[in-house]
Amino acid sequence: MSRGHDTGARQALSGRRAFLGLAATAAGGVLLAPGIHLMEVARAAATAGVSPGANPNVRWGLLIDTTKCAAGCNDCVSACNTENGLDPRPSPTTAQWIRKVELREIKTGRTHSLPVMCQHCAEPPCVDVCPTGASFKRADGIVLVDRHTCIGCRYCVMACPYKARSFVHEPLTEQRADVPRGKGCVEGCTLCVHRIDKGGTPACVEACSNAGHAAMLFGDLNDPTSTISIRVREISTMQLRAELKLDPGVRYQGLGS
Amino acid sequence: MKPPQRRASVRRAAALFALVVVVLASTAPVRADRSTARSSLEPPIERARGDRCIADPAFMRRNHMDLLKHQRTETVHEGVRGSAASLKGCIGCHASGATGSVAMAKTDFCVSCHSYAAVKIDCFECHASKPDPTAVLPTNHKRVGAGDALSRLVAQWRQPAPSTR
Repeated sequence: MSRGHDTGARQALSGRRAFLGLAATAAGGVLLAPGIHLMEVARAAATAGVSPGANPNVRWGLLIDTTKCAAGCNDCVSACNTENGLDPRPSPTTAQWIRKVELREIKTGRTHSLPVMCQHCAEPPCVDVCPTGASFKRADGIVLVDRHTCIGCRYCVMACPYKARSFVHEPLTEQRADVPRGKGCVEGCTLCVHRIDKGGTPACVEACSNAGHAAMLFGDLNDPTSTISIRVREISTMQLRAELKLDPGVRYQGLGS
Repeated sequence: MKPPQRRASVRRAAALFALVVVVLASTAPVRADRSTARSSLEPPIERARGDRCIADPAFMRRNHMDLLKHQRTETVHEGVRGSAASLKGCIGCHASGATGSVAMAKTDFCVSCHSYAAVKIDCFECHASKPDPTAVLPTNHKRVGAGDALSRLVAQWRQPAPSTR
Protein backbone atom coordinates (compact mmCIF):
# COMPACT_ATOMS: atom_id res chain seq x y z
CA MET A 1 0.00 0.00 0.00
CA SER A 2 2.66 2.43 1.11
CA ARG A 3 4.91 1.21 -1.74
CA GLY A 4 2.20 2.04 -4.29
CA HIS A 5 1.72 5.42 -2.66
CA ASP A 6 5.46 5.97 -2.65
CA THR A 7 5.75 5.10 -6.35
CA GLY A 8 2.87 7.42 -7.13
CA ALA A 9 4.53 10.22 -5.22
CA ARG A 10 7.84 9.51 -6.95
CA GLN A 11 6.15 9.64 -10.36
CA ALA A 12 4.41 12.86 -9.45
CA LEU A 13 7.73 14.24 -8.26
CA SER A 14 9.57 13.15 -11.39
CA GLY A 15 6.75 14.69 -13.49
CA ARG A 16 7.17 17.93 -11.60
CA ARG A 17 10.94 17.68 -11.93
CA ALA A 18 10.59 17.11 -15.68
CA PHE A 19 8.33 20.16 -15.93
CA LEU A 20 10.71 22.33 -13.91
CA GLY A 21 13.59 21.02 -15.98
CA LEU A 22 11.72 21.93 -19.15
CA ALA A 23 10.91 25.37 -17.77
CA ALA A 24 14.56 25.88 -16.77
CA THR A 25 15.74 24.74 -20.19
CA ALA A 26 13.30 27.09 -21.88
CA ALA A 27 14.47 29.99 -19.68
CA GLY A 28 18.11 29.01 -20.30
CA GLY A 29 17.51 28.92 -24.04
CA VAL A 30 16.35 32.54 -23.84
CA LEU A 31 18.88 33.87 -21.35
CA LEU A 32 22.10 32.10 -22.26
CA ALA A 33 24.11 31.81 -25.42
CA PRO A 34 22.61 29.48 -28.05
CA GLY A 35 23.54 25.86 -27.46
CA ILE A 36 24.15 26.30 -23.72
CA HIS A 37 21.25 25.27 -21.55
CA LEU A 38 20.79 26.25 -17.94
CA MET A 39 20.28 22.61 -16.96
CA GLU A 40 23.66 21.62 -18.34
CA VAL A 41 25.39 24.52 -16.60
CA ALA A 42 23.75 23.66 -13.28
CA ARG A 43 24.54 19.98 -13.70
CA ALA A 44 28.20 20.63 -14.47
CA ALA A 45 28.59 23.02 -11.54
CA ALA A 46 26.75 21.08 -8.85
CA THR A 47 27.69 17.50 -9.57
CA ALA A 48 31.37 17.05 -10.20
CA GLY A 49 31.94 13.31 -10.36
CA VAL A 50 28.24 12.49 -9.88
CA SER A 51 26.47 10.80 -12.77
CA PRO A 52 23.26 12.58 -13.81
CA GLY A 53 21.16 9.41 -13.71
CA ALA A 54 18.97 7.52 -16.16
CA ASN A 55 17.66 9.75 -18.94
CA PRO A 56 13.98 9.05 -19.70
CA ASN A 57 14.43 10.22 -23.30
CA VAL A 58 16.93 7.44 -23.99
CA ARG A 59 16.17 3.81 -24.81
CA TRP A 60 19.37 1.78 -24.68
CA GLY A 61 19.53 -1.11 -27.09
CA LEU A 62 21.82 -3.60 -28.78
CA LEU A 63 22.05 -4.74 -32.38
CA ILE A 64 23.73 -8.10 -32.86
CA ASP A 65 24.96 -8.95 -36.33
CA THR A 66 24.84 -12.75 -36.45
CA THR A 67 26.71 -12.78 -39.76
CA LYS A 68 29.76 -11.35 -37.97
CA CYS A 69 29.43 -13.33 -34.72
CA ALA A 70 32.00 -16.14 -34.91
CA ALA A 71 31.10 -19.69 -33.92
CA GLY A 72 33.28 -20.82 -31.04
CA CYS A 73 34.16 -17.27 -30.00
CA ASN A 74 33.25 -16.73 -26.36
CA ASP A 75 34.81 -13.32 -25.78
CA CYS A 76 31.55 -11.56 -24.87
CA VAL A 77 30.77 -14.22 -22.25
CA SER A 78 34.25 -14.04 -20.73
CA ALA A 79 34.16 -10.23 -20.68
CA CYS A 80 30.78 -10.31 -18.92
CA ASN A 81 32.05 -12.78 -16.34
CA THR A 82 35.13 -10.68 -15.63
CA GLU A 83 33.33 -7.34 -15.56
CA ASN A 84 30.58 -8.50 -13.24
CA GLY A 85 32.56 -10.90 -11.07
CA LEU A 86 30.68 -14.02 -12.24
CA ASP A 87 32.11 -17.52 -12.12
CA PRO A 88 34.59 -17.73 -15.01
CA ARG A 89 33.66 -21.38 -15.59
CA PRO A 90 29.89 -21.50 -15.16
CA SER A 91 28.34 -24.72 -13.89
CA PRO A 92 24.66 -25.49 -14.50
CA THR A 93 23.80 -23.88 -11.15
CA THR A 94 25.96 -20.74 -11.23
CA ALA A 95 24.71 -17.47 -12.62
CA GLN A 96 25.18 -16.71 -16.30
CA TRP A 97 24.12 -13.36 -17.70
CA ILE A 98 25.05 -13.93 -21.34
CA ARG A 99 25.43 -17.19 -23.28
CA LYS A 100 26.38 -18.18 -26.79
CA VAL A 101 23.73 -20.09 -28.75
CA GLU A 102 24.48 -22.09 -31.88
CA LEU A 103 21.52 -22.52 -34.25
CA ARG A 104 21.23 -24.76 -37.28
CA GLU A 105 18.46 -24.53 -39.83
CA ILE A 106 17.38 -28.12 -40.50
CA LYS A 107 16.30 -27.69 -44.16
CA THR A 108 19.24 -25.65 -45.40
CA GLY A 109 21.91 -26.58 -42.86
CA ARG A 110 22.79 -22.91 -42.38
CA THR A 111 24.28 -22.22 -38.96
CA HIS A 112 24.17 -19.12 -36.78
CA SER A 113 26.11 -18.24 -33.69
CA LEU A 114 24.70 -15.53 -31.45
CA PRO A 115 24.84 -14.25 -27.89
CA VAL A 116 21.60 -14.19 -25.89
CA MET A 117 21.18 -12.13 -22.75
CA CYS A 118 18.43 -10.11 -21.07
CA GLN A 119 16.58 -8.54 -24.00
CA HIS A 120 15.63 -5.44 -21.96
CA CYS A 121 11.98 -5.58 -23.04
CA ALA A 122 9.80 -2.49 -23.16
CA GLU A 123 7.04 -4.68 -21.66
CA PRO A 124 9.08 -6.97 -19.40
CA PRO A 125 7.14 -9.99 -18.06
CA CYS A 126 9.66 -10.31 -15.20
CA VAL A 127 8.50 -6.92 -13.93
CA ASP A 128 4.84 -7.90 -14.29
CA VAL A 129 5.17 -11.00 -12.13
CA CYS A 130 7.51 -9.66 -9.43
CA PRO A 131 5.58 -9.65 -6.14
CA THR A 132 7.85 -7.13 -4.39
CA GLY A 133 8.70 -4.62 -7.12
CA ALA A 134 12.34 -5.73 -7.10
CA SER A 135 12.26 -6.38 -10.84
CA PHE A 136 11.93 -3.00 -12.51
CA LYS A 137 12.60 -1.07 -15.67
CA ARG A 138 14.73 2.03 -15.43
CA ALA A 139 13.76 5.29 -17.14
CA ASP A 140 16.24 4.55 -19.94
CA GLY A 141 14.77 1.11 -20.64
CA ILE A 142 17.28 -1.06 -18.76
CA VAL A 143 15.59 -3.90 -16.88
CA LEU A 144 17.19 -4.55 -13.49
CA VAL A 145 16.72 -6.35 -10.19
CA ASP A 146 16.85 -4.33 -6.97
CA ARG A 147 18.52 -6.91 -4.74
CA HIS A 148 17.48 -4.97 -1.63
CA THR A 149 13.85 -5.91 -2.33
CA CYS A 150 14.32 -9.26 -4.12
CA ILE A 151 13.05 -12.15 -1.98
CA GLY A 152 14.37 -14.84 -4.33
CA CYS A 153 10.96 -16.27 -5.29
CA ARG A 154 12.15 -16.78 -8.90
CA TYR A 155 8.79 -15.92 -10.52
CA CYS A 156 10.75 -13.75 -12.96
CA VAL A 157 13.00 -16.67 -13.89
CA MET A 158 9.87 -18.60 -14.89
CA ALA A 159 8.28 -15.62 -16.66
CA CYS A 160 11.24 -14.71 -18.86
CA PRO A 161 10.89 -16.30 -22.32
CA TYR A 162 14.60 -15.77 -23.00
CA LYS A 163 15.89 -17.68 -19.94
CA ALA A 164 17.88 -14.59 -19.14
CA ARG A 165 17.64 -14.65 -15.35
CA SER A 166 19.78 -16.64 -12.93
CA PHE A 167 19.49 -17.38 -9.24
CA VAL A 168 22.43 -17.23 -6.84
CA HIS A 169 22.39 -20.41 -4.76
CA GLU A 170 25.65 -20.16 -2.84
CA PRO A 171 27.21 -17.46 -0.66
CA LEU A 172 29.57 -15.27 -2.69
CA THR A 173 32.81 -13.52 -1.81
CA GLU A 174 35.11 -11.11 -3.61
CA GLN A 175 32.33 -9.25 -5.45
CA ARG A 176 33.25 -6.33 -7.66
CA ALA A 177 32.72 -2.94 -6.02
CA ASP A 178 30.49 -1.84 -8.92
CA VAL A 179 28.46 -5.03 -9.06
CA PRO A 180 27.07 -6.13 -5.68
CA ARG A 181 25.78 -9.72 -5.86
CA GLY A 182 24.66 -12.14 -3.21
CA LYS A 183 23.03 -15.40 -2.29
CA GLY A 184 19.25 -15.62 -2.48
CA CYS A 185 18.74 -13.04 -5.21
CA VAL A 186 17.83 -13.29 -8.87
CA GLU A 187 20.05 -11.47 -11.31
CA GLY A 188 20.58 -10.95 -15.01
CA CYS A 189 22.34 -8.81 -17.59
CA THR A 190 22.35 -5.16 -16.49
CA LEU A 191 23.72 -3.89 -19.82
CA CYS A 192 26.70 -2.98 -17.58
CA VAL A 193 24.60 -0.21 -16.09
CA HIS A 194 27.52 0.99 -13.93
CA ARG A 195 29.53 1.64 -17.10
CA ILE A 196 26.62 3.22 -18.99
CA ASP A 197 25.98 5.64 -16.11
CA LYS A 198 29.55 6.86 -16.52
CA GLY A 199 29.15 7.20 -20.28
CA GLY A 200 30.66 3.82 -21.21
CA THR A 201 29.46 0.82 -23.20
CA PRO A 202 28.73 -2.74 -22.06
CA ALA A 203 31.76 -4.99 -21.53
CA CYS A 204 30.52 -7.58 -24.09
CA VAL A 205 30.30 -4.96 -26.85
CA GLU A 206 33.78 -3.72 -26.07
CA ALA A 207 35.20 -7.29 -26.05
CA CYS A 208 33.50 -8.09 -29.36
CA SER A 209 35.04 -5.12 -31.11
CA ASN A 210 38.42 -5.82 -29.44
CA ALA A 211 38.25 -9.34 -30.89
CA GLY A 212 37.82 -7.76 -34.31
CA HIS A 213 34.28 -9.05 -34.92
CA ALA A 214 32.31 -5.89 -34.11
CA ALA A 215 29.16 -7.99 -34.16
CA MET A 216 27.55 -6.04 -31.31
CA LEU A 217 26.43 -2.44 -31.55
CA PHE A 218 25.24 -0.50 -28.52
CA GLY A 219 23.32 2.75 -28.66
CA ASP A 220 20.21 4.84 -28.10
CA LEU A 221 17.24 3.50 -30.07
CA ASN A 222 15.31 6.72 -29.40
CA ASP A 223 17.91 8.96 -31.01
CA PRO A 224 17.26 8.93 -34.78
CA THR A 225 20.85 10.03 -35.48
CA SER A 226 22.55 7.25 -33.49
CA THR A 227 24.38 4.53 -35.44
CA ILE A 228 22.10 1.82 -34.04
CA SER A 229 18.95 3.72 -35.08
CA ILE A 230 20.28 4.26 -38.58
CA ARG A 231 21.23 0.58 -38.88
CA VAL A 232 17.86 -0.74 -37.69
CA ARG A 233 16.13 1.69 -40.03
CA GLU A 234 18.14 0.58 -43.07
CA ILE A 235 18.75 -3.13 -42.49
CA SER A 236 16.32 -5.98 -41.85
CA THR A 237 16.60 -6.90 -38.18
CA MET A 238 14.41 -8.91 -35.87
CA GLN A 239 13.51 -9.29 -32.21
CA LEU A 240 13.54 -12.74 -30.66
CA ARG A 241 10.01 -14.09 -30.03
CA ALA A 242 8.57 -10.89 -31.50
CA GLU A 243 5.11 -12.49 -31.44
CA LEU A 244 5.07 -12.07 -27.65
CA LYS A 245 4.97 -8.30 -28.24
CA LEU A 246 7.44 -7.60 -25.43
CA ASP A 247 9.36 -5.18 -27.67
CA PRO A 248 12.91 -6.20 -26.70
CA GLY A 249 15.67 -3.60 -26.86
CA VAL A 250 18.06 -6.21 -28.29
CA ARG A 251 17.73 -6.82 -32.04
CA TYR A 252 19.36 -9.43 -34.28
CA GLN A 253 20.51 -9.09 -37.86
CA GLY A 254 20.93 -11.95 -40.36
CA LEU A 255 18.85 -14.49 -38.43
CA GLY A 256 16.26 -15.08 -41.18
CA SER A 257 16.66 -18.37 -43.02
CA MET B 1 4.74 9.72 70.54
CA LYS B 2 5.68 7.46 73.42
CA PRO B 3 9.41 6.97 74.29
CA PRO B 4 9.65 3.22 73.42
CA GLN B 5 8.03 3.88 70.04
CA ARG B 6 10.36 6.78 69.41
CA ARG B 7 13.35 4.62 70.31
CA ALA B 8 12.19 1.93 67.89
CA SER B 9 11.78 4.41 65.03
CA VAL B 10 15.20 5.92 65.73
CA ARG B 11 16.70 2.44 65.64
CA ARG B 12 14.95 1.68 62.33
CA ALA B 13 16.26 4.92 60.83
CA ALA B 14 19.79 4.18 62.04
CA ALA B 15 19.63 0.67 60.57
CA LEU B 16 18.45 2.05 57.24
CA PHE B 17 21.24 4.66 57.24
CA ALA B 18 23.83 2.00 58.04
CA LEU B 19 22.49 -0.15 55.22
CA VAL B 20 22.75 2.75 52.75
CA VAL B 21 26.29 3.53 53.90
CA VAL B 22 27.32 -0.13 53.53
CA VAL B 23 25.79 -0.43 50.05
CA LEU B 24 27.36 2.82 48.86
CA ALA B 25 30.74 1.87 50.31
CA SER B 26 30.71 -1.59 48.73
CA THR B 27 29.78 -0.34 45.23
CA ALA B 28 32.03 2.74 45.27
CA PRO B 29 35.05 1.08 43.60
CA VAL B 30 32.81 -0.34 40.84
CA ARG B 31 31.24 3.04 40.15
CA ALA B 32 34.62 4.71 40.11
CA ASP B 33 35.86 2.02 37.69
CA ARG B 34 32.93 2.52 35.39
CA SER B 35 33.39 6.29 35.18
CA THR B 36 37.10 6.05 34.40
CA ALA B 37 37.02 2.86 32.27
CA ARG B 38 34.13 3.97 30.01
CA SER B 39 36.41 4.81 27.09
CA SER B 40 37.94 1.35 27.05
CA LEU B 41 34.47 -0.19 26.62
CA GLU B 42 33.70 1.91 23.57
CA PRO B 43 34.38 0.31 20.19
CA PRO B 44 37.78 1.02 18.64
CA ILE B 45 37.43 3.37 15.66
CA GLU B 46 40.26 3.54 13.21
CA ARG B 47 41.22 6.91 11.79
CA ALA B 48 39.79 7.46 8.31
CA ARG B 49 41.54 8.75 5.22
CA GLY B 50 40.55 12.16 3.88
CA ASP B 51 40.24 15.54 5.59
CA ARG B 52 36.72 15.27 6.93
CA CYS B 53 33.52 13.27 6.71
CA ILE B 54 30.52 14.47 4.68
CA ALA B 55 28.88 15.55 7.97
CA ASP B 56 29.65 15.87 11.67
CA PRO B 57 30.39 12.55 13.40
CA ALA B 58 27.39 13.03 15.71
CA PHE B 59 25.08 13.50 12.72
CA MET B 60 26.62 10.55 10.90
CA ARG B 61 26.30 8.23 13.90
CA ARG B 62 22.59 8.89 14.08
CA ASN B 63 21.73 9.25 10.38
CA HIS B 64 24.21 7.32 8.24
CA MET B 65 21.70 4.52 7.63
CA ASP B 66 19.12 6.95 6.27
CA LEU B 67 21.68 8.65 4.04
CA LEU B 68 22.79 5.27 2.70
CA LYS B 69 19.23 4.06 2.12
CA HIS B 70 18.30 7.27 0.33
CA GLN B 71 21.39 7.01 -1.83
CA ARG B 72 20.88 3.32 -2.61
CA THR B 73 17.43 4.03 -4.08
CA GLU B 74 18.82 6.92 -6.11
CA THR B 75 21.62 4.76 -7.44
CA VAL B 76 19.78 1.51 -8.17
CA HIS B 77 16.58 3.03 -9.58
CA GLU B 78 17.71 6.34 -11.00
CA GLY B 79 21.34 5.66 -11.89
CA VAL B 80 22.81 8.52 -9.83
CA ARG B 81 26.33 7.37 -9.00
CA GLY B 82 29.25 8.94 -7.13
CA SER B 83 27.18 11.09 -4.70
CA ALA B 84 28.52 12.13 -1.31
CA ALA B 85 26.61 9.48 0.64
CA SER B 86 27.49 6.54 -1.60
CA LEU B 87 28.60 3.32 0.07
CA LYS B 88 31.68 3.28 -2.14
CA GLY B 89 32.58 6.72 -0.85
CA CYS B 90 32.23 5.55 2.78
CA ILE B 91 34.40 2.49 2.14
CA GLY B 92 36.96 4.58 0.26
CA CYS B 93 37.74 6.60 3.39
CA HIS B 94 36.96 4.18 6.20
CA ALA B 95 38.63 0.96 5.01
CA SER B 96 41.12 -0.28 7.60
CA GLY B 97 44.81 0.20 6.97
CA ALA B 98 45.50 -3.32 8.24
CA THR B 99 42.82 -5.38 6.50
CA GLY B 100 41.94 -2.97 3.68
CA SER B 101 38.27 -3.53 4.49
CA VAL B 102 35.44 -2.03 6.55
CA ALA B 103 34.01 -5.37 7.62
CA MET B 104 36.59 -8.16 7.69
CA ALA B 105 38.17 -7.90 11.15
CA LYS B 106 36.33 -7.20 14.40
CA THR B 107 38.05 -3.83 14.66
CA ASP B 108 37.15 -2.68 11.13
CA PHE B 109 35.05 0.48 10.94
CA CYS B 110 31.53 -0.87 10.28
CA VAL B 111 31.80 -4.11 12.26
CA SER B 112 33.45 -2.49 15.28
CA CYS B 113 30.54 -0.16 16.01
CA HIS B 114 27.77 -2.50 14.91
CA SER B 115 28.91 -5.33 17.16
CA TYR B 116 29.10 -2.80 20.03
CA ALA B 117 25.54 -1.68 19.27
CA ALA B 118 24.41 -5.29 18.59
CA VAL B 119 23.08 -4.34 15.14
CA LYS B 120 23.52 -7.01 12.50
CA ILE B 121 24.13 -5.62 9.03
CA ASP B 122 24.06 -7.68 5.86
CA CYS B 123 25.41 -5.02 3.46
CA PHE B 124 28.65 -6.90 2.91
CA GLU B 125 27.04 -10.20 1.99
CA CYS B 126 26.59 -8.57 -1.44
CA HIS B 127 28.66 -5.38 -1.42
CA ALA B 128 32.43 -5.39 -1.60
CA SER B 129 33.86 -4.24 1.73
CA LYS B 130 37.14 -3.13 0.18
CA PRO B 131 37.61 0.19 -1.59
CA ASP B 132 37.33 0.49 -5.32
CA PRO B 133 40.45 2.22 -6.67
CA THR B 134 38.30 4.22 -9.10
CA ALA B 135 35.88 5.48 -6.42
CA VAL B 136 35.49 9.23 -5.98
CA LEU B 137 36.22 10.04 -2.34
CA PRO B 138 33.55 12.37 -1.00
CA THR B 139 36.00 14.80 0.64
CA ASN B 140 35.34 17.43 -2.00
CA HIS B 141 31.59 17.20 -1.65
CA LYS B 142 29.46 19.77 0.07
CA ARG B 143 29.07 18.89 3.72
CA VAL B 144 25.76 17.63 5.00
CA GLY B 145 24.73 19.26 8.25
CA ALA B 146 22.10 21.08 10.28
CA GLY B 147 19.86 23.23 8.10
CA ASP B 148 20.99 21.41 4.97
CA ALA B 149 18.26 20.12 2.63
CA LEU B 150 19.39 16.53 3.15
CA SER B 151 19.36 16.77 6.94
CA ARG B 152 15.88 18.32 6.81
CA LEU B 153 14.84 15.33 4.71
CA VAL B 154 16.34 13.00 7.30
CA ALA B 155 14.41 14.80 10.05
CA GLN B 156 11.23 14.32 8.03
CA TRP B 157 11.83 10.57 7.65
CA ARG B 158 12.47 10.23 11.35
CA GLN B 159 9.02 11.57 12.28
CA PRO B 160 6.69 8.76 13.35
CA ALA B 161 4.25 7.66 10.66
CA PRO B 162 0.74 9.09 11.16
CA SER B 163 -1.64 6.61 12.74
CA THR B 164 -4.00 4.97 10.24
CA ARG B 165 -6.76 4.59 12.84
